[in-house]
Amino acid sequence: MSTVKTKARGSHLFLPLSVLAILIVINLIKGADYFSMTIINGALYGNVPNILFGASELVILAIGMTLVTASSRGQDISVGVAAAITSAVFVQVLQGAGDITWWTIAASFLASCAAGMLIGAFNGSLVAVFKVQPMVATLILFTAGRSIAFMIDGKLSPVLANDLTSQLGGVIPGVPIQTPIILTVVFIALFAALLKTTNLRLYAESVGINEKAARLNGIDPTRIKFLTYMILGVCSAVAGFIAVTKAGRHDSVNLLKFVEMDAILAVAIGGNALSGGKFSVTGSIIGAYTIEVLSRTLLRLEIGTETIKAFKAVFIIILMVVASPVVREYASKALRRVRAGADDCAVAEADTAASGPDAPAKMEV
Amino acid sequence: MRSLNAGKPKDAISNSNLLFLIAAVIFVLMYGFAILRYPGSFLQFQTFFDLFSLNAPLIIITLGISIVMIGGGIDISVGAVTGLVTMCCAVLLESGTGSVWSAVLLALGIGVAFGLLQGYLISYLEIQPFIITLAGMFLANGLLTTIHKDPLNVTLPAFVSLRDFELVIPWLGTKNRLGNFIPLEIKPGAVIAAALIVILVVVMKWSRFGRNLYAVGGNSQSALMLGINVRRTKFYSYALCGLLSGIAGFVYIMTTGAGNVGNAAGFEMKAIAAAIIGGTMLTGGVGNLFGSPVGALTLLTINELIRAAGVNSNYQAIVSGFLLYVFIVLQSVVVWLRGRGDFRLALPSWLLPGRRTAEDRG
Repeated sequence: MSTVKTKARGSHLFLPLSVLAILIVINLIKGADYFSMTIINGALYGNVPNILFGASELVILAIGMTLVTASSRGQDISVGVAAAITSAVFVQVLQGAGDITWWTIAASFLASCAAGMLIGAFNGSLVAVFKVQPMVATLILFTAGRSIAFMIDGKLSPVLANDLTSQLGGVIPGVPIQTPIILTVVFIALFAALLKTTNLRLYAESVGINEKAARLNGIDPTRIKFLTYMILGVCSAVAGFIAVTKAGRHDSVNLLKFVEMDAILAVAIGGNALSGGKFSVTGSIIGAYTIEVLSRTLLRLEIGTETIKAFKAVFIIILMVVASPVVREYASKALRRVRAGADDCAVAEADTAASGPDAPAKMEV
Repeated sequence: MRSLNAGKPKDAISNSNLLFLIAAVIFVLMYGFAILRYPGSFLQFQTFFDLFSLNAPLIIITLGISIVMIGGGIDISVGAVTGLVTMCCAVLLESGTGSVWSAVLLALGIGVAFGLLQGYLISYLEIQPFIITLAGMFLANGLLTTIHKDPLNVTLPAFVSLRDFELVIPWLGTKNRLGNFIPLEIKPGAVIAAALIVILVVVMKWSRFGRNLYAVGGNSQSALMLGINVRRTKFYSYALCGLLSGIAGFVYIMTTGAGNVGNAAGFEMKAIAAAIIGGTMLTGGVGNLFGSPVGALTLLTINELIRAAGVNSNYQAIVSGFLLYVFIVLQSVVVWLRGRGDFRLALPSWLLPGRRTAEDRG
């Protein structure tokens, strides 16, 4: 059984990594200078830094989304809207503070984090206390959120015109890497530390796998779900902060538009089940970068911007078909027929195949 | 519904009917409030039927999404498919080679093609519906902008006459300010929507497919053990939803007469919201198709009220969101209370839709 287990653990990263590899090969065929980087004004630029730069918000949102998916068996579709609201709060507090220093930026960022936690608490209370399906619960903010962001702004797209915020969204003098990349890395490190030092992963997974069993074991599912939504709220605040400093102005209508779909997609590509349970944050991060690489590859192949969405869709469909359980079973059956001699392998796969018919039998007991 | 009720002898009324009843009562209350507040506009029959005529596509989409939701799935590609259909029809009609009938066929064909593809991938390959229909949404959106980017006004004479055609009902109308009697005018789209509502309610209530779908949505495992072909039922539900998106697309272009990139944008979320307000639950197995148009009309009445009040249009979205919040919490509380078994509906027995079954049981 141990061989089967290690196989299953490795397989969730196999899909996103192989897709990433295929995309990189396509890019290398298109032009061998894909990995080349140049230094302009003391900072690194090139394809790889651009991908890391462009995907930073998506990565952060995908991390939070993974946690929410694992614990509540559903997805939050209001993350982009939440980021729009929190960044509106950020801009308003910053502009209300008068002169802009690192301290006022930090204070405004904390205010936006508080707004994010408030949004998370709103969604979390609906999901955890009222037992509403996550997608339905977050549909409320999805409907109303951009209008709320606009009302916080008070006018069309307030501008952040100063050196400090443009350094946060671009490059700090003397540091060779663009700041959003550094912020993303810091965020990932903090999140990894959170997962390593606390029981959050265990609790979230057990609530997602079986809520009743988790409660019988002394875990409060309501509190865990609520907590994951709060964390996602903070994630969207960070993503909104990065997005607004990148853009230099707050556009409540277009800021991080449709990012919620990409974030859910990143979670799925990363090999996580959208129906909750065990999760892999690494997979989601790779999935997020894969989506960014895909978009940029399509641009590089000189496909018109209007057609990109269609290509992306075809790509997603192919990816999901390859990863679907039915196709995998067919593939494994075919594999088994090819190497009919290898007995142990066949037994292992027969085990996994038999788990389906087993389920009804368990129900009778 | 009888078979569903018979399983739970305690309840005189099923969850589907109860949620529908709540939605209907709230719609009536809201429309009553609108009449009291703005008697000049909302008291006219024309206003009420205009809500129906102008929003027929949304109502049709809501029906489709409700069917999929009853089956326990979700389809977020409907808005994009509707938009794609309008643009394809516009391009076909403007190319000079197509007639109105070929446009109808094209609309249905595109809708069914999307439905079949998504349905196959979701039900037979067991891929998560959210991801597949998200991809379908991207695909339809990408194809739409690839085919034609600029607004395209259809000028084919046969189509223009169809667009301007209105059913006139002379015995139902209102007097305008000058005292002239203006008969009621209804767009054919509203008639199509009404016919679809009746047909689909019958299908969902009395056909084998409809009952199977309720069973599959409620608990696919036990549906399978009852001998229902779960995969095929789900597949049909997505195909039907695709077909309805196609119809909605044609009705849309029949109402506006132009293909545009922004056509039906954001309809998927509006339709989901309308279906939820109408009492369909995303968990599946619960929902009354009469509720879907009621939910859509509730949402639209709110927007009309806000427009009539003349406040900032941003309040439309915020109030819609708030309304959705109230409904979701209400549904959750009602279902929870009923689950505990100490909830009784304060209605006289002859008003309850489930009355007949109670008598049958004696």
